[in-house]
Amino acid sequence: MPVNIIVCVKQILDPEIPSRDFRVDAEQREAVRGAANLVTNIFCENALETALQLKEKSGGKITVISYGADSTEDALRKALAMKADAAIHILNDGQAHPDPLSVAQVLAAAIRKLGEFDVVMLGRESGDWGVGQTAGLLAEELGVAAVAFVDKVEIGADGLQLKRQTDVGYERVAATMPLVISITNDEHNVPRIPKTRDVMMSFRQPLTKWTLEDLGVNAAEVRAGNHYYAVVDLFIPVQELNCEFVDGDTLEARVEKFAQRIIEVTGSM
Amino acid sequence: MNDVIISLFASAGYDRAAQGVAGAGRRLAADCGAQLHAVIIGAPDAAMKAAVAAVADAVTIADIGDYQTEICLSALTQICKTLAPQAVLLSNDFYSQELAPRLAHRLGGSAVADGLALNLVEGKVRVNRSVYGGKAMATIELQRSPAVVWLRARAFDPAPLRPEATTAIQPATLDLPTRVSTTIIERKVEAGDEARLEDAKVIVSGGRGLGSPEPFNELQKLANILGAQMAASRAACDAGWVPPSWQVGQTGKKVAPGLYLAVAIHGASQHLAGISDAKNIAAINIDKDAPIFKQCRFGIVEDYRKVVPLLIARLNALKK
Ligand SMILES: Cc1cc2nc3c(=O)[nH]c(=O)nc-3n(C[C@H](O)[C@H](O)[C@H](O)COP(=O)(O)OP(=O)(O)OC[C@H]3O[C@@H](n4cnc5c(N)ncnc54)[C@H](O)[C@@H]3O)c2cc1C
Ligand SMILES: Nc1ncnc2c1ncn2[C@@H]1O[C@H](COP(=O)(O)O)[C@@H](O)[C@H]1O
Repeated sequence: MPVNIIVCVKQILDPEIPSRDFRVDAEQREAVRGAANLVTNIFCENALETALQLKEKSGGKITVISYGADSTEDALRKALAMKADAAIHILNDGQAHPDPLSVAQVLAAAIRKLGEFDVVMLGRESGDWGVGQTAGLLAEELGVAAVAFVDKVEIGADGLQLKRQTDVGYERVAATMPLVISITNDEHNVPRIPKTRDVMMSFRQPLTKWTLEDLGVNAAEVRAGNHYYAVVDLFIPVQELNCEFVDGDTLEARVEKFAQRIIEVTGSM
Repeated sequence: MNDVIISLFASAGYDRAAQGVAGAGRRLAADCGAQLHAVIIGAPDAAMKAAVAAVADAVTIADIGDYQTEICLSALTQICKTLAPQAVLLSNDFYSQELAPRLAHRLGGSAVADGLALNLVEGKVRVNRSVYGGKAMATIELQRSPAVVWLRARAFDPAPLRPEATTAIQPATLDLPTRVSTTIIERKVEAGDEARLEDAKVIVSGGRGLGSPEPFNELQKLANILGAQMAASRAACDAGWVPPSWQVGQTGKKVAPGLYLAVAIHGASQHLAGISDAKNIAAINIDKDAPIFKQCRFGIVEDYRKVVPLLIARLNALKK
């Protein structure tokens, strides 16, 4: 049974940059890009990897969509290089970090414009603002059911068989389509590295561009991106702690001190 | 003023997380001169009923059986629509995180994740939360009502008990959907998780620097001596060395032990985001510049392969 899959991807500031290089612009309430790269949010790549594996088994089509600034094209080209079938870029020429309802409304409008779909996959959260809401809000905008924290998707008897993570282990979920799911990481959906040839090819593939006006959303409200919530402050918390590095002439002496310190702090508990 | 609702799961009991949610709820209710209304999903035992009745002004029980997303969402939506609350607070368990944005949407409100502090400013709820993988803090103002917030629950002080309170406990009247398109057909608790990591007093945690799954057996011996629970970094979980439920961090468990011993864990901000409430952090790492040491009370710069066997021997001796 071929599955028509939509994967939503977001480009973010590289979350792996070390804390010591991280600055914020308090005025703009925004991170300073500095020398950091822009990358695809890791959970979006987990989602795309999950979609690719599903398509390899069931057949079908994968369309990747992203709402973002000009640079977002790079994230979409990478998705094409990973072997997504089509890519749609909805240009964000408004607030750089729109609230999640604005994003969900844009994505929902784009998905409706695309027409039919079976399953939409999103990341569980983005590595910049860690919002964790887009999948849920999108499901409501589209009026379909949703399952969160999925790490495995297979074709089931009359729909999809999902495995999803919980606080204490996992659950299996039987779901009929259409459906929205948020994807989390596990050992089976570590994103593939695209082949050099496919990277080259991706630059020649067509990429659809839409503006907010093409989608019939409330463009002014979406551009402002703050009718759901607004960021009123952004700062770097200060915390200084001095680590006591255990010393001693021999390894044994140092481990002895380390053991004693452990006993001290656990003994009083 | 309209109520502040706290949403709790009967299956978790009145645990530390529920206490934190109730504490946050009580303070917010006091700030806006409102009642605190607890909604318990599932069938609470007598102890939980009594405990919640002692902290809330009213209690509604929605006994809807085992968690099913669409049914639970429908039940909560109905209860909230009847009570028209100004805020709905939940914990940061997976189910609550799954429900909260959709609940906010159905109520015409705004949701925000992982709240660390709540304030009422000119009638609007403001939430402090950590962003950029723990590298920064943001204050978010929710523009629509109700404010639906899932909290870093254990970071909040419990609500004061009012044992003399005569709180009414009522079952919810619900009209639940009979056909839903998703069904949880199997629930699995992974071994080693009988006690919740979030409530552990001591945690021994391993990272990618361990190099393979086997060293986790050695760490387990260490954990046994200390009565500790085991955890891991995302890199170790993603490698398939240990189950995903062991993951600590921004997208894993938020833990608050008396001692967190990090073995061969670098200390990426996303990992640190899960241990900011630990009282003491200690680390074994071969790299003296690893950022984990910046958060440590004490540490040892050395190959774990040399340290762990000696440490097991010494702790065994000291414990006798
Ligand atoms: C959106 C997002 C969310 C994330 N969420 C989480 C999360 O919830 N939890 C999480 O942990 N990570 C999370 N991460 C990943 C995080 O950024 C790091 O990649 C991850 O924590 C690295 O794991 P690690 O420290 O085990 O591995 P590494 O970074 O590879 O570090 C290994 C460490 O082991 C040390 N080492 C190596 N050999 C030895 C030896 N023989 N003896 C002693 N020490 C040794 C090294 O010096 C190094 O410090 C997230 C990332 C993103 C982008
Ligand atoms: N601007 C966007 N464009 C496309 N998808 C997005 C966008 N923002 C968020 N998403 C999707 O929603 C997921 C969760 O993001 P968030 O809710 O922002 O934490 C991401 O992993 C993406 O799959």
